[in-house]
Amino acid sequence: MTNSIPEIENHDIIFVIGSNTTETHPIIGLKMKKAVRRGAELIVADPRKIDLVRFSRVWLQHRPGTDAALLNSIMHVIVKEDLIDKKFIMERTEGFASFKESLLAYTPEEGERITGVSREDIIKAAFLYGNAVRPGIYYTMGITQHTHGTENVYAIANLALMTGNLGRESTGVNPLRGQNNVQGATDMGCIPDFYLGYQKVTMPGIRQKFEKAWGIHLSDTPGLTATEMTRAALEGKIKALYIMGENPVLSDPDMNHTIQALKKLDFLVVQDIFPTETAELADVILPAACFAEKDGTFTNTARMVQRVRKAVEPPGDAKEDSLIIVELSKRFGVDMTYDIIEDVFREAGKLWPALAGINYRRIAKNGLQWPCPTHDHPGTPYLFKGGFPRGKATFTPVQFRPSDELPDHEYPFLLSTGRHLFHYHTGSMTRRVDPINRVSPCAYIEIHPEDAQTLNVREGDAVRVSSRRGTIEIMVLVSGRPAKGVVFIPFHYREAAANVLTNTALDPISKIPELKACAVRIERVETSPK
Amino acid sequence: MVTLKIDGQKVTVRKLSTILDAARKLDIPIPTLCHHPELSSFGGCRLCLVEINGSPKPVASCTTFARNGMDVTTTSPRLEKLRKTTLELILSDHPKDCMVCERAGDCKLQELAYFYGIRENRFGGEQRVYEKKDSNPFIARDMEKCILCGQCVRICDEIQGVGAIDFAYRGLRTKICPPFENDLNCEFCGQCVAVCPTGALTGKMWDQKGRQNFKEVDTVCPYCGCGCNITLHIWRNEVRRVSSKEETLNEGWLCAKGRFGYGFIHSPDRLKKPLIRTAPKDIPAFTLHQTKPPLPPFTKGGHGGINNSSFILHPSSLFKEVSWEEAFDYIANRLKQIKENYGPDAIGGLSSARCTSEENYLFQKFFRVVIGTNNIDHCARY
Repeated sequence: MTNSIPEIENHDIIFVIGSNTTETHPIIGLKMKKAVRRGAELIVADPRKIDLVRFSRVWLQHRPGTDAALLNSIMHVIVKEDLIDKKFIMERTEGFASFKESLLAYTPEEGERITGVSREDIIKAAFLYGNAVRPGIYYTMGITQHTHGTENVYAIANLALMTGNLGRESTGVNPLRGQNNVQGATDMGCIPDFYLGYQKVTMPGIRQKFEKAWGIHLSDTPGLTATEMTRAALEGKIKALYIMGENPVLSDPDMNHTIQALKKLDFLVVQDIFPTETAELADVILPAACFAEKDGTFTNTARMVQRVRKAVEPPGDAKEDSLIIVELSKRFGVDMTYDIIEDVFREAGKLWPALAGINYRRIAKNGLQWPCPTHDHPGTPYLFKGGFPRGKATFTPVQFRPSDELPDHEYPFLLSTGRHLFHYHTGSMTRRVDPINRVSPCAYIEIHPEDAQTLNVREGDAVRVSSRRGTIEIMVLVSGRPAKGVVFIPFHYREAAANVLTNTALDPISKIPELKACAVRIERVETSPK
Repeated sequence: MVTLKIDGQKVTVRKLSTILDAARKLDIPIPTLCHHPELSSFGGCRLCLVEINGSPKPVASCTTFARNGMDVTTTSPRLEKLRKTTLELILSDHPKDCMVCERAGDCKLQELAYFYGIRENRFGGEQRVYEKKDSNPFIARDMEKCILCGQCVRICDEIQGVGAIDFAYRGLRTKICPPFENDLNCEFCGQCVAVCPTGALTGKMWDQKGRQNFKEVDTVCPYCGCGCNITLHIWRNEVRRVSSKEETLNEGWLCAKGRFGYGFIHSPDRLKKPLIRTAPKDIPAFTLHQTKPPLPPFTKGGHGGINNSSFILHPSSLFKEVSWEEAFDYIANRLKQIKENYGPDAIGGLSSARCTSEENYLFQKFFRVVIGTNNIDHCARY
């Protein structure tokens, strides 16, 4: 997020696209509702009638995968109505002229044709956002999990830049990170092309800095992303995987393909708190401590570093992940021992100035938001106040491209996957909480009432859902939430895993898989499945 | 801005502040049972009565705006008598079972009864009798203990935007309930439980799990990226409850997972020993091991029709338990072998967005320094 969570309530316009905020980020959802109570207008762009729609001024129900066209036509109107921020464009951006040209084709009529959203609503949204004083854009995987996910994000950046809506309080672009510490894991360099703090592994000066700090020669080849590792395992290029606290069997696209890849490995280590579906395939399983059993920090979606504190002892012989890694390193003759876990945080701070001013004492009560370079720096609630780190921000023209797989005669429905309120991710935690399991015991597919009628199925019936990758059996939930022809399955349930069906096609830049759109066929099952 | 005097002290507050706001700014305690700073004023409990010089009747300080030159008195024999009588009236229709009440020691009503020394009650008469019939797994409602402060109604409507409950009936029969007095079937955020001043609303999972002598540990919720601050209530080595403080980033608000989803910590399924595979890999073909009876479904329509299996894998048949030493040696040998035969880039690591930043730092350092590869990623894309 470029803004912070308390700033949400002061937006005058909130534009939520591809985020079912009230279910996936419930407390940020509450702040949005608070903003609406205080007079903010809400624009929701989502293929499903999510709960936030109740609070919205305008709901744009676009077809899954058409976000770029929707955003481009909104921007077309903003240019045409001269709602752009000329001063901001001139002083802080570059490439506007050619970008402006790229929008010419995206008239509201063209937008309507591609997205299915009426031209009136596109114009309405453009006027609302274009005239806003303190608008915030919020998005999550609905934007990114597409083969053109990066382009969708460029389009969002273009919209904020052309209207000058970045770098001010309660004004910015806010991707909501899905997991408690996904921000921290990325910050700490658990990505194949960056060391911690987004310092590129291929940059000579950078690599030498880390070589000096760690006292060893480092590889200058960028590594593989998670999705690429699965593919490489299948091709026999990756022989061993060490998976700490992840469950790719359920979370990655095309489950059968993932299982096949993991089985092909010579050696698989899984370190987790539960025997997950992935652990089933491991050669070694290591028992880890959960969040309540260790000290450290999590960094939330708003870059806020907050203290995690040990409250109970781990069960049995389970160990903190950090201790496991340290012990294992010793077997390789490398000593990463630390006295207290804060030493590790301090080491990270020395290598990335944005964390240098944070220590455990300062965040004992309230967290601090990076960048926080010095011990007297108050942290940074919102980014880009004085300008962009790279100087001028560049407009990136985006052309609409359809999803990799579209419905056809054989697979006539468009499937989107995601989370719901009660369960979390692959369910390894929440499906072991009995009360939660009782309110949300089994998987379902949301089907539009007219589609249900065509398929001759009723709520509670079982259907067989197939894609080019696999087949699952699942219960029908007849719902007005998706549009006709679009269906939705939450991916929390192993017994009807949505990711058996999903497509492994990747965005060429970010390597994110297209989990939000694939084509499926639905058939009624006569007998109740096992 | 307006300036007024409360108990002889001058205070300046913003326009449209209430007398109660002004008094709180001066740290002058005024008892209330229905007021919440984040919710609209209700004026229902009548405990926050104050006297204004020149005004014949006492007024509720939570619904009266501060005005310039006001001279307010928050305590006087008349006010205290009124407050005590109000409390007596509330208590005349309240079960006297503090001894077994979940909220004893943390109950605003009990605390006020204690301060006003209400042992006997002058007001006898009819008492409400309600049947407890909630089958939802999260929230227990004991409406006989409800004092109709309406905080749950307001928080559900104003903060949560759900409106699952409201006042129904009139007079002595007034109660708070879901439409048609059905069972509660909502988002189960439990905000109503968090604001309830008495034992009318409690969490089922901490019922009779202890009221006192908890160690409280402030930490961060392990679920989504909001980073809500939570407090774990620990008894011996067990997390028995989760709450959140009002002065936090999340203003004390939590969702169903954050508030009620902590049961996994002490799940019997937790991995407790390092395990090394003994069976060939193609044996577990993702069959469901049904080891627990299926849970009765709660939601309408009985969504339990399809597959209710609680999945618990039985690692013991496929793996053998080993010591940490053995596991470390085994892993190190295998990884060294693979590195030697195929090079460091034949090894990859997936780190965890669920672990701490420190652990993620060490994990990537392990791969870059110890293994010698940049093949390190995590689930940022899922």
